[in-house]
This record gives sequence, structure tokens and C-alpha cells, in this order.
Amino acid sequence: MADHDHSHDHEHGSELSETQLRVRALETVLTEKGYIDPKALDAIVEAYETKIGPRNGSVVIAKAWTNPEFKKALLADATKAVASMGHMSRVGDHLVAVENTPQRHNMIVCTLCSCYPWEVLGLPPVWYKSAPYRSRAVKDPRGVLDDFGVKLPKDTEIRVWDSTAETRFIVLPMRPAGTEGWSEDKLADLVTRDSMIGTGLALNPSEVK
Amino acid sequence: MDGVHDMGGTDGFGKVIAEKNEPPFHAKWEGRVLAMQRAMGYAGAWHIDHSRFAQEQLPPLDYLGSPYYRRWMLAMEKNVTERGYATPEELKAGHAQTAGKNLKRKLTPDIVAEGMTRSSFYRQQQGPQKFQPGDRVRTKNIHPATHTRLPRYARGKTGVVEMCHGCHMFPDSVATDRGDNPQWLYTVVFDSRELWGPDADPTLKISIDAFEPYLEKV
Repeated sequence: MADHDHSHDHEHGSELSETQLRVRALETVLTEKGYIDPKALDAIVEAYETKIGPRNGSVVIAKAWTNPEFKKALLADATKAVASMGHMSRVGDHLVAVENTPQRHNMIVCTLCSCYPWEVLGLPPVWYKSAPYRSRAVKDPRGVLDDFGVKLPKDTEIRVWDSTAETRFIVLPMRPAGTEGWSEDKLADLVTRDSMIGTGLALNPSEVK
Repeated sequence: MDGVHDMGGTDGFGKVIAEKNEPPFHAKWEGRVLAMQRAMGYAGAWHIDHSRFAQEQLPPLDYLGSPYYRRWMLAMEKNVTERGYATPEELKAGHAQTAGKNLKRKLTPDIVAEGMTRSSFYRQQQGPQKFQPGDRVRTKNIHPATHTRLPRYARGKTGVVEMCHGCHMFPDSVATDRGDNPQWLYTVVFDSRELWGPDADPTLKISIDAFEPYLEKV
């Protein structure tokens, strides 16, 4: 478990908040009842802090940019294609990759809760789970993109995927110009989390060091 | 249920504000809540749709006013007590007073990776697939008082079936302990003007994943 404390995480004495007390009570009771093992909780937290993040998705996208066969497989069955890479824990059964083109831009949302492709992107950011995003993405996605500083041509089709079941979506962003001959590893640095949600575009070569 | 969680299309929540270099968790307790949820799910204590339904039933001000993982905690307390895994008195005291119920398995450190893989929601099909890609369908105008995954903004609307995802367990049944009740699942795409009226952005299309019972043929 990462041992750094956030400054607002007062885990001592009288500074424990009501929420912290209730969470602690839950963990103690569920442990004493024999349902959970605190060491397993430590391992889960550690995995989310250190292993499961958007880099997993970036590597998938970079491979799709350089390998037409893989791209085809990814768009046909993302679960299978990602599993074939074997670099991460197995993906759940229901991953779908959707491709951005000059004609069409895709954006992912969950208006009802917080469904998100955790296995390839890690934990969803707070904004993804927030009311402003969940309420507006399906009605005013250009306004949302504006909040992210992204402007698309007026005639680009915008397709919003509301994750209302257990299907999870990942956007395959467009490969930036000026990256011909780049290695997968270098390309992966251009693939931001937001570009795989659809609230951003892949970075241009000039935007990375 | 027609709750505040069903936010699609609601105005007035303001701009989307993204935090730069956001950490996975903003406080230790958040990670504990997430991990407990994973562990209890692995143990088979309840299903993800029970968690969603429990959140949906929070008083609207609690739902809107609680940070994300506090909402999870409140839902977990509800499932723990209502499903008989502990009593409210035990949670209040912070200690168990009696032994736990038997659960089918327990997540231990050695199998955490396996325990974190999302389970499959596919189920054996119960009947023939009613719709095919390209079919025009209308979502039903339904307002169940319990959990459903058909958002309000997409009820009574006409769209086109784009994909079929096979048969999945049906959240509306699972959340209310009526079994998996497997149903065909489709991606249905709508024109923005069908959902938001004539002034909507004409370049916009919105899709939902809709279970067959939500749909009727046009």
C-alpha cells in the first residue's frame, strides 16, 4: 500500500470525520464477521494505485495505430484483442472499442452511475462521475468538449455512448499527424486518458517532451 | 426508479471541472470503501445492481450532496444491514456481536488479481432474439418504482438497433432479487432531435444499451 498520506486524510485521534469513523466501523465489523480480509483490501488499493491505470489503454491504442490487423481485431472484439496482448489482468467480457474518424467523434458517459472501462483506464476521474458531466454529455457534448478546451469542426458527427448496461466502451482516438515511423511505446505517450473517453484528442508530437 | 441519479439531460449542474494530476484516491478511506465493495462482491454478498439500487434509494439530498465514495459507503451500510450481514447496532458499535453468515467464498491476498476481474454478465439465452441491427424500435414509456437501466431521457423514443450484445442478466430483476432473468441486450442509437427536440445539435447521435423488455418494434 502506498504509504504517503494526503494532507486532508486525518487518520488520527479526534480528527476522524464521521465518514472515516463509519468506514472504519464497516471494515472492522465485516472483518470480525469473517467476510473480508483487510490484507486483501490493502492489495486491492495498491493495485489501483500502482498497476491499473490509463497506460494499459494507451498501449492498446498505440498498437492499433501501428498494426492494422490488431486494429481490425480490436474493433471486432475488444475483449479478445486486449486479452491477446497479455500485459494486464484479464478484461471483463464486454469491452467495445469505437473509432474516431475525421467524420465522427465518440464520447463515453454513464448518466445513471459511473460505468467506466476500469480494466483499461483505471479508476474514473471525479469529473467523469460528477453531475455536470453525467447530465450534459448526452445533451450538449460540444459544450462539455468546450470545458475541456476541445473544439471540433461544426459538421463532425458526435456520437455519445451512454453505458447503461455492462458493456464498456473505449474510444480509439485518431493518430496525430507527424508520428510516422514512431514506436508503439513512443506513440502510447500521446494517448491520454481523456482521449480514450472522448473528452480529449490524442496529443500532438509538439505537446510531449 | 425516477430518482436524481438519472441525470441525463438535467440542466443547471454547471461546467465540468477536471482536476489536474488527480490521485487514484483523495483519502485513505476512499480506497477502503472501494476495496470492501470488491471483496463483498467477490464473496457473493450482493450484486453490483444491488449497490446501484441502494444508491438510487438514498434521499435525493444525500445522493447529490455526498462525495462519490461516501455514496458507496452509505449504499454498503444499507446492503450490509438490510441483507442481514450485520446489524445497525453492530455498525454503530464498530464491532461484531455475533458470528457472520456463511458466504460462498472469501477474497484473500493471494487471489486478489482474480477477484478484481469483472465477472461475465452473459447468460444462457431464454428465447430467440427479437430485434436485428437496422431495426427501428421504440423504447417503452415505463416508470418502475425499482431499479431500471432505461434512462428517463430515452423513454418513449424511436431509435435504431445498431448491435446485439447477446443475452445478459437483467438488472431490473437482479436488483429486486427476482433472479438473473436473462434478456437480449442491444445498442440502440437515437437522433438528438428525437431526444431533445427540433433545436438539438443535428450532428449529435446518442446511444444507450437497452435490454429487450425495454423495446418494442416500430
